[in-house]
Amino acid sequence: MIIADRFSKVLLYLALILAALVMMFPILFAVSTSLMDPSEVNTFPPTLIPSSPRWSNYVEVARSFPIFRYLLNSLIVSTAVTLGQVLTASLSAYAFAFMKFWGKNALFALFMSTMMVPWEITIIPNYLTIRSWKLLDSYPGLILPFLATAFGTFLLRQFFMQIPRELEEAARIDGCGRFRFFRSIAVPLARPGLLTLGAYTFLSTWNQYLWPLLVTNSRLMRTVQIGTRFLMNEEGLQYHRIMAGVVLFMLPALVFLLWGQRYLVRGMMAGSVKG
Amino acid sequence: MRAGTEAAFRSKGGSNWKLGRWAERLEPYLYIAPSLILLSIFVFYPIIRSVYLSLYLTDPLGNPKVFIGLRHYATQLTGGFFQSLLVTLKFVLYTVPVGLVLGFILALLAYQPVKGSRFFQLVFSSPLAVSAATGATIFLMMLNPVSGIVNYLLGLIGIEPVRWLTDPKWALWAVGMVSIWLRLGFNFVLMLSGLQNVPEELYEAALVDGAGPWARTIHVTLPMISPTIFFALVVGVIHAFQVFTEIDMMTAGGPSGATNVVVFQIYQEAFRKYEFGSASAQAILLFIVMVILTYFQFRLGERRVHYQ
Repeated sequence: MIIADRFSKVLLYLALILAALVMMFPILFAVSTSLMDPSEVNTFPPTLIPSSPRWSNYVEVARSFPIFRYLLNSLIVSTAVTLGQVLTASLSAYAFAFMKFWGKNALFALFMSTMMVPWEITIIPNYLTIRSWKLLDSYPGLILPFLATAFGTFLLRQFFMQIPRELEEAARIDGCGRFRFFRSIAVPLARPGLLTLGAYTFLSTWNQYLWPLLVTNSRLMRTVQIGTRFLMNEEGLQYHRIMAGVVLFMLPALVFLLWGQRYLVRGMMAGSVKG
Repeated sequence: MRAGTEAAFRSKGGSNWKLGRWAERLEPYLYIAPSLILLSIFVFYPIIRSVYLSLYLTDPLGNPKVFIGLRHYATQLTGGFFQSLLVTLKFVLYTVPVGLVLGFILALLAYQPVKGSRFFQLVFSSPLAVSAATGATIFLMMLNPVSGIVNYLLGLIGIEPVRWLTDPKWALWAVGMVSIWLRLGFNFVLMLSGLQNVPEELYEAALVDGAGPWARTIHVTLPMISPTIFFALVVGVIHAFQVFTEIDMMTAGGPSGATNVVVFQIYQEAFRKYEFGSASAQAILLFIVMVILTYFQFRLGERRVHYQ
């Protein structure tokens, strides 16, 4: 349905701008509050725009609250999980796409069956496992349970299947070993798939909440999301500082969205089917 | 002598060849091993252990102590789990349909080929990058009953201030508001890609038949993107069923249990009361409910959805 005449166009723009304001309102509101003078916050009627931007809110919150440590923690955990998943998933996906072996179909069905299981079922035993390995409050404890996914295997297998089998046969006749073919031909050809899985995994790990809430205890091991939770507790009702912290926590993901929207969206659509 | 070396050579080559075949047969398993080992430890084993734990009374460390069969399931189905399931169903009803409708409207708006539509598409998808914890923090400030902007705006049109998070009547709506907004970026992106896949000729044909914009939306757009809407519905319900972060950040299940959804209840049971057995039983019940619900959605949906 395409709108053509001029009157409808004006109406359309009005609707678009109104919708954009509503959609962006929470984000703009956070940014605006983060630049307010303390006297402008919690006033009645509420202030929308600070009279002059107060950048020192950012300095203050970074001084009283380990913002950058949390960003670093989340970066380490998300990067490790992303690299791990891409690695394990591409290896197993390659085997399922290109190799013949005994038990292949059964193993593949076993992998796929885990996609339907929601994380609520695994989280209690996993917590007990990580605790018994004395890994609470550590990076490995945050990373290990997420290093392999059936979803990643499934997604990358789809991408590997698009590579013609003749290519592999030709390469092997020319004396190219399987692993070399995997590393220097299959993986580069499946790059869009790796990026899709990577972007999706990175953002969903970055946004993880319940698992890091369970396994982190000390103040310095928290991730960004758990940091956000404690921002409210520790900064009291100092909304100008809380919002400065929120903006700093929100920024990396917004930049990430601008950079990788295409891959992210494709990954989310594929990823939303699993529990 | 010569025959001997030849035989030795041949046998050596033979064993090499055999070894090579073995290595070749083994190779696929080496590719699968990392995933398989990790999935075994962190998915397969936990599923079995959850089922096992759910049949026991556990000590505070999570060790099974007394076998009680299905008694956890019986207690939970008539008590705590049932209550929180009702809250969760309400939450799904509050959030999923509204989110789908709003996502569809946004997609219709941003789909029009006017100047700046790319910009609006980016703006409408922005909640994709906002985590639930961040969204909840911002809304906590906006929903403040005294100084919050939402009550102020409502006051402008003569509505009495609402105690969003402390009034049992409103708390689930307040949390739902945040969830709808957080999910809207995803719904929008999904619906937009659905719209972009509708062939242009269909609209032209409808235009020739004299269909106005409204008729075209109802009779062409909606049926054509019904598979997308159906997909968004199914994954939206699964997503809403597992809501946790907003609840934990904004209401902690309160006031008086009004927002005590299933996952929050499981969390409390396991990690506040250390009742790992009963919590495992509830997690399994949740899984069963989700499977049943998804099954019925497919049964009902298949009939209404128009596939090409």
